[in-house]
Amino acid sequence: MSGNNPYGQDSQHHVLSVLVQNRPGVLARVSALFARRGYNIFSLAVAPTEHADYSRITIVVDLASAPLEQMTKQLFKLIDVVRISELDPRHSVERELIMVTVKATAEQRGQIVELTNIFEGKILSVGVDAITVSLDGSPSNIDDFMVALNQYGIVESQRTGLVALPKLDRAATASAAKSPKGKAS
Amino acid sequence: MKETLTGAQALIRALEHENVEVMFGLPGGCILPAYDPLIESKIRHILVRHEQGAGHMAEGYAHVTGRPGVAMVTSGPAATNLVTPLCDAYMDSIPMVGITGQVPTAAIGTDAFQECDTVGITRSITKHNELVMSAQDLPMVVRQAFHIATTGRPGPTLIDIPKDVLQNEMTWYWPSDDEVLDSLPGYRPNVKGHTKMIKEAARLILAARQPILYVGGGVLKARAAAALRELAELTQIPVVTTLMARGAFPDSHPLCLGMPGMHGTATAVTAMQKSDLLIALGSRFDDRVTGKVSAFAPDAKIIHVDIDPAEQGKVRRPDVPIVGDCRLVIEEMLKAIKEMLQSGEKQADVGPWRSRVSGWREQFPLAYDQSEPGAALKPQFCLEKLRDGAPEGTIVVSGVGQHQMWTSQYWNFEEPYTWVNSGGLGTMGFAVPAAIGAKVGRPDKTVWAVDGDGCFQMTAQELVTASLERIPVKIGILNNSYLGMVRQWQEMFYDERYSEVNLSGTLPDFVKWAESMGCVGIRVEDPQEAESAIDKANSINDRPVVVDFRVAEDEKVFPMVPAGKSNDDILLHHSQDSRREFLK
Repeated sequence: MSGNNPYGQDSQHHVLSVLVQNRPGVLARVSALFARRGYNIFSLAVAPTEHADYSRITIVVDLASAPLEQMTKQLFKLIDVVRISELDPRHSVERELIMVTVKATAEQRGQIVELTNIFEGKILSVGVDAITVSLDGSPSNIDDFMVALNQYGIVESQRTGLVALPKLDRAATASAAKSPKGKAS
Repeated sequence: MKETLTGAQALIRALEHENVEVMFGLPGGCILPAYDPLIESKIRHILVRHEQGAGHMAEGYAHVTGRPGVAMVTSGPAATNLVTPLCDAYMDSIPMVGITGQVPTAAIGTDAFQECDTVGITRSITKHNELVMSAQDLPMVVRQAFHIATTGRPGPTLIDIPKDVLQNEMTWYWPSDDEVLDSLPGYRPNVKGHTKMIKEAARLILAARQPILYVGGGVLKARAAAALRELAELTQIPVVTTLMARGAFPDSHPLCLGMPGMHGTATAVTAMQKSDLLIALGSRFDDRVTGKVSAFAPDAKIIHVDIDPAEQGKVRRPDVPIVGDCRLVIEEMLKAIKEMLQSGEKQADVGPWRSRVSGWREQFPLAYDQSEPGAALKPQFCLEKLRDGAPEGTIVVSGVGQHQMWTSQYWNFEEPYTWVNSGGLGTMGFAVPAAIGAKVGRPDKTVWAVDGDGCFQMTAQELVTASLERIPVKIGILNNSYLGMVRQWQEMFYDERYSEVNLSGTLPDFVKWAESMGCVGIRVEDPQEAESAIDKANSINDRPVVVDFRVAEDEKVFPMVPAGKSNDDILLHHSQDSRREFLK
């Protein structure tokens, strides 16, 4: 795990998976709450779920800025927030996607393709003096990939921010898929 | 039978279905369609002179009736004028529904005339808000707004309605309770406390030797005054009532220690500091109560009952957190305590603690220096006279500042819902409109607003509303021609360097101003005149009365815990300084 990884085990991060009603302004409510209360966000990803009425917002929060308990309780007060799961990195599966454009001379191209293959990434686009690759994986995997690419010179890159779901209990069946009803607020 | 209505008709009908009897507002461009069906409605509309007034009137109404206050105004500047009351209601958990007009849906986002992002602006100062994009949604949105405003921790909600949504047609319906709940899957306030936690609280209460009931506004919101009294009397635990909870426990009760906090009684402040158990009921450990948090009640265990889970541990980590409605939780607590007592458990002896507290109360009553002959009136003296002359059950409203603290200190609050003030936000100018709203809600009661001259000048124009609508409120201005509380801080903490606090002793002429607004105006400059002026004011019931008490400009509020200091560093009235050791 690299030193500057914001999601590392040693850092003050925690993942909140927030199920919200899929309505206009929900993201603004959530982000405004974080700004208003002085809570820091490392990353945030939002998209509709399998159920058209709900979206899931995955927020990596900075616990140095406020206690997790206050963050979740304040989030719960938003009427559109239906459920919040705190995802401990040890008990969840985490994925992130990165796209990187790297400088690549004709000679270097092969090395970068090889490197990308080792990480099980994809080649998205090849230019005269640069190449764009993508990788989805755990945040630390992506950090390592970035370190490896850095020597060639990164032109630009975009990470999606983390998405995560709880690790499934081997004995139980799809407990995460139960209907999103009810919460205490 | 399908009935077709315009959005405006549906809005007014929905408000009628919510049993709205009165609303406060001022029409304008985008909300115009809603004012048309209002002509036929049985809802009384009170036409204000400034939209902020409508908001505070709705709050005052809600304070004294427990029912949601409704304010309706147009878009843009009207909506921004409603921002202060919404924020005030949010801070003090007042149930209120704001309705604002918005530019037509097609114009949203184009910087149209009188357009502003009302929902964006009010997002962090409402419990919930909603921009309605279809006339068909209106009945459901209105039901949601009232449901959210009045359940759980009460608070303001706002409905923003574009003009075309009011004009478009819809098919009338009225959603059932279940449909409302189903539409709000993320909103299920927890009202019933956790049984195990309540038992644990009962155990701590019986074991405590120096307990204090730290009562906040949540007790009033939960209509829990009777349950609280039973708990206090059963356990003989002394009670402090915060600024938002004055009246929740009778001031004349032997267990009542008055208000805690920055300008609380020395007894209430010290008793909390020395206690071994604080039973916080609907209170939120506000900085004005705790003083320096790290030094607040250092030896006390904490039982914290609050309907808002986010209040648990926000400031001070409770030993026993109980999320629930104060009334239901106190009633369960009583049951648990009685059961324990019946099964032979004994309560620890609180006798020595009560004698210690009584000692403080004898040594440190509220104190001020009477005015010298010929010198200006003392504000505390005016309050004593107002209090003694007021009919039983009088509702008292205040603005924000020195006069607010003196009113809270010197009035005797005997009943719940007789005290209306702006606690959390500290909104100057709150008193006049809030008093009008309170009088509308409780026309059977005498309503006195005690105001400052600075506050009065912020919202006095609503007395025109009061005169025209025949709402006979009484306003007593403690006029020291200063922004008094700021002046006090500059005197005490800024080496008497007075900066921009003198409001001039000559302007305005409050009596003439009052008369020009259709009120009776009375000036009191001599202590001898106070009683007869107050009697005269109390005898007038067909129009508002304004009494301009010209009071001493250098009077300060004591006791005082300076901001950021520990409650142990409370500053006493100078006559009590020599007894200070007694508080140790």
